Amino acid sequence: MSAKREKGESLFAVEGLGIQFGGLKAVDNVSFAVKPGEIVSVIGPNGAGKTTLFNMISGVYHPGYGRVSLNGEDVTGLAPNRLAQRGMSRTFQNLQIFQSMSVLENAISGYHLQERGPVLSDLLGLPSSRRRAETAKAEAFEQLRRVGLADAADREAGSLSYGALKRLEIARALGLKPKILLLDEPAAGCNAVETEEIDHLIAEVAGSAVAILLVEHDMKMVMRISNHIVVLDHGEKIAEGDPASVSRNPAVIAAYLGAEAA
Amino acid sequence: MKLSAKHATLIVLVALVALAPLVFPSNFFYRVGALIFVNSIAVIGVVILTGYAGQVSLGQAGFAGIGGYACALAPAHLGVPPALSVVLGAVISGLLAFLVGRPILRLKGYYLGVATLGFGILVSMVLNNERELTRGPDGIEVADLGLRGLLKDVGLDLSNGQFWYFFCGLCMIVGAWLALNIHNSPTGRSLRALHDSEVAAGTVGIDVARVKLQAFVISAVYASVSGSLLALQNKFITPDVAGFMHSIEMVTMAVLGGANSVLGAIFGAAILTLLPQVLTVFADYEQMVLGLIMIVVMIFLPRGLLPSIARKLRRTGE
Repeated sequence: MSAKREKGESLFAVEGLGIQFGGLKAVDNVSFAVKPGEIVSVIGPNGAGKTTLFNMISGVYHPGYGRVSLNGEDVTGLAPNRLAQRGMSRTFQNLQIFQSMSVLENAISGYHLQERGPVLSDLLGLPSSRRRAETAKAEAFEQLRRVGLADAADREAGSLSYGALKRLEIARALGLKPKILLLDEPAAGCNAVETEEIDHLIAEVAGSAVAILLVEHDMKMVMRISNHIVVLDHGEKIAEGDPASVSRNPAVIAAYLGAEAA
Repeated sequence: MKLSAKHATLIVLVALVALAPLVFPSNFFYRVGALIFVNSIAVIGVVILTGYAGQVSLGQAGFAGIGGYACALAPAHLGVPPALSVVLGAVISGLLAFLVGRPILRLKGYYLGVATLGFGILVSMVLNNERELTRGPDGIEVADLGLRGLLKDVGLDLSNGQFWYFFCGLCMIVGAWLALNIHNSPTGRSLRALHDSEVAAGTVGIDVARVKLQAFVISAVYASVSGSLLALQNKFITPDVAGFMHSIEMVTMAVLGGANSVLGAIFGAAILTLLPQVLTVFADYEQMVLGLIMIVVMIFLPRGLLPSIARKLRRTGE
């Protein structure tokens, strides 16, 4: 699975990105790039700055310095909805499901940019409003089928198992037809079977030329599916490369096992 | 064919409005019914803002005041027909909601609640103090809508109470229809999405500030129309319509009945409009009994009366 990194134009790039909280540099001068169809993982010990990095990339935090570019455009510090319009989509470590909605409606929400229209036409229930909703609904249903949740379409989202909710978030994120998909610990809290399902799903999505940026604690999963791995420690990038070289890198081993072990 | 929730709700509402007069003990109840419908219209606006979108406004009565006084002042000073004054009031309310909401709704948290509280008090103060225009706390008379006369000319002779009962009932049904339309529409989905998770709403491309503003403007228009109908019905209006207690009442009605259900909110409006009539026995304790009911409902039926009851029924049915 973990093929050699192919040459080609990168779709997404982070250059010298950093942020400071008070006196603490939570993330400092991190750079890397992701190409279409590639799975790039960001790993590092707890507190290494992975989530902070993710939040800067996805518009939750405004980066202190550095640059994020998507498709050649500078998207540094854009709000999440602007990033969504430009083809970035994400899932959350601690699920952010729309609890009061059905499973299908959660998936439809992913089509917001496609289905939205004039408020007045929605208020009056005009045929154009219903057409927009129907098209999104049909596509969302296909997306549920893709993640294996078609049977649960009409259930309340809150009634799904944890692993199913993780897949539902991915389905919702795919509704945006993203160019790059950010996955924040997609396997966290999942059992072995669920992890494997998500594994396959991620590989399948990458197969459709979507760039994938992954933050994940499950090392086995990271080693199995990544094309490229970026290692953070204390907010800085300490290593980068394919899974085999990263797992042999002394700096990485030291970061994970503690400095004395190196 | 399975009946959609939207159509079921509308059928229930039409049946209630049409059939309730059959059991009215006296003509006085036409008046009570009309009041319930007028309150319901404002509360449906709260359902869209609070129930769907999860935003709290404590100044809805300010918009009701604008709607009410538009019907008093526009015909007298500008020569606008009363029916058009309702529209004028709604437009002004919508614009004001847009201007007030625009800066506020970019912020997260309870800023809207605080800002609208201030807005409501401001409107109330203007209505009380601009005596030359509004005649202050004593109130001002409102022109006749003229529709009852027109109906009489075409052979439909209704008493004043009957006319306002059916007219407000019709307006409420239209208001409910619009709110139900929006619930399952793309706009409604974005409102409910931001209620559940603002962070996730942003990541699917929802412009959170913009969508909140839409909900706020719509709810302001509902409150405005409600105030207009109250003024036209009474042919008189006082600044009380814009008072803080009226704002609280609207939120309470929505929460009591079930803030994310149109039918529930109307149920809440009906109960809180009827109770004071029943509670006259308790006279001085009215506010206390109301408070007690609210506390009990919030503890035992936090979703509101109607959704909680519906849930219980569904559970036992399974």
